[in-house]
Amino acid sequence: MNYIWFLIILISVISAAYTGRIDAVVNSVMTGAQKSIEIGLYLAGIMAFWLGIMKIAEKSGLVSSIARLITPVAKKLFPDVPDNDPVIGDIAMNFTANAFGLSNAATPMGIEAMKKLQKLNKDKESASNDMCTLLAMNTAGWQIIPATVIAVLVSCGSKNPAEIVFPTLIVTTIAFISAIIGVKVLERVWTPQTLKKEPHND
Amino acid sequence: MIKSIIYAISAWLIPIIVLGSLAWGLVKKVPVYETFVDGAKDGLKVTVSVVPYLIAIIVAVSMLRASGAIEIAQHLLSGLLDWLKIPVDVLPVMIIRSLSGSAALGLFSEIAHNFGPDAYVTKLTAIMVGSSETTFYVLAVYFGSVGVKKFRHALCAGLFADIIGIAAAVIVARWLFL
Repeated sequence: MNYIWFLIILISVISAAYTGRIDAVVNSVMTGAQKSIEIGLYLAGIMAFWLGIMKIAEKSGLVSSIARLITPVAKKLFPDVPDNDPVIGDIAMNFTANAFGLSNAATPMGIEAMKKLQKLNKDKESASNDMCTLLAMNTAGWQIIPATVIAVLVSCGSKNPAEIVFPTLIVTTIAFISAIIGVKVLERVWTPQTLKKEPHND
Repeated sequence: MIKSIIYAISAWLIPIIVLGSLAWGLVKKVPVYETFVDGAKDGLKVTVSVVPYLIAIIVAVSMLRASGAIEIAQHLLSGLLDWLKIPVDVLPVMIIRSLSGSAALGLFSEIAHNFGPDAYVTKLTAIMVGSSETTFYVLAVYFGSVGVKKFRHALCAGLFADIIGIAAAVIVARWLFL
């Protein structure tokens, strides 16, 4: 991120020299900074509202009841976990919290699940298949309502910010399914973890 | 027909979740008002922590746009992007999305404010940003927390899903909003 940020600014200054628009660039620093605060103020309202509602869903046990429904599916995705291992519950909670946009709650649950999977892992240095599956589930980040994106749309005066909800849901579902398929296919072609004699060439 | 169902689901999903959460909370005797306020505080904290990232990225991208660099990139890549019907401003989002969530959000805010909420670029970027987690961040946090050094196929699978997600976003946005 350090280099990317520097690179964006470097390219701007170089192209400004090339196009002769350095005045506009200087100006844009001021307006850009101002705009960021404006966006932040608008974001605050909607983020606060949404996380307030989601906290109710969490406290009332809605999140954990949905997690219980998902548990049988989660068991199929994590075949190396022994029966009745509590880690499946953590994984289901992690997924459900993510789905509701509670990333502050989802991350600790996911880390807890990851720690339990690490206990079952034979080679502590390298990730087990199940750990990779949990990671892929989280990088795809399946979410029902993209609250921050809606907040930004509202902040610039959108009359119908909800119109992107379902299209986003379609796309995130496709990405989530491809993450699962991807991880399951790759675990077959990747060097098996425990059969390796040299654990250092991965 | 399918499109109007999609619009209806989009419009109703939020009210249903809000109402459902409140109703379920009351049934379960949760103090909904206090709990809401508690959660809203978290929301404010999240926003405060995001604003510095927004400033960094929005200023940098404003500079980029004012400098004419985007036009130069457009000139160089116009053939390919035209063919895919991807607006050139989406290009940085596609690259940064897997690296930093707050940077992607900053880019999206910049685009939304520049082109307005109803522009096709805004909608396409909204779908792209809303549909993914930051692969590298998740990888660092989750594997970092247990001290795993070899990620094996996890990174590949994550990036594969990111690429499929970008393609799906382009296709869905084109279908619904163009």
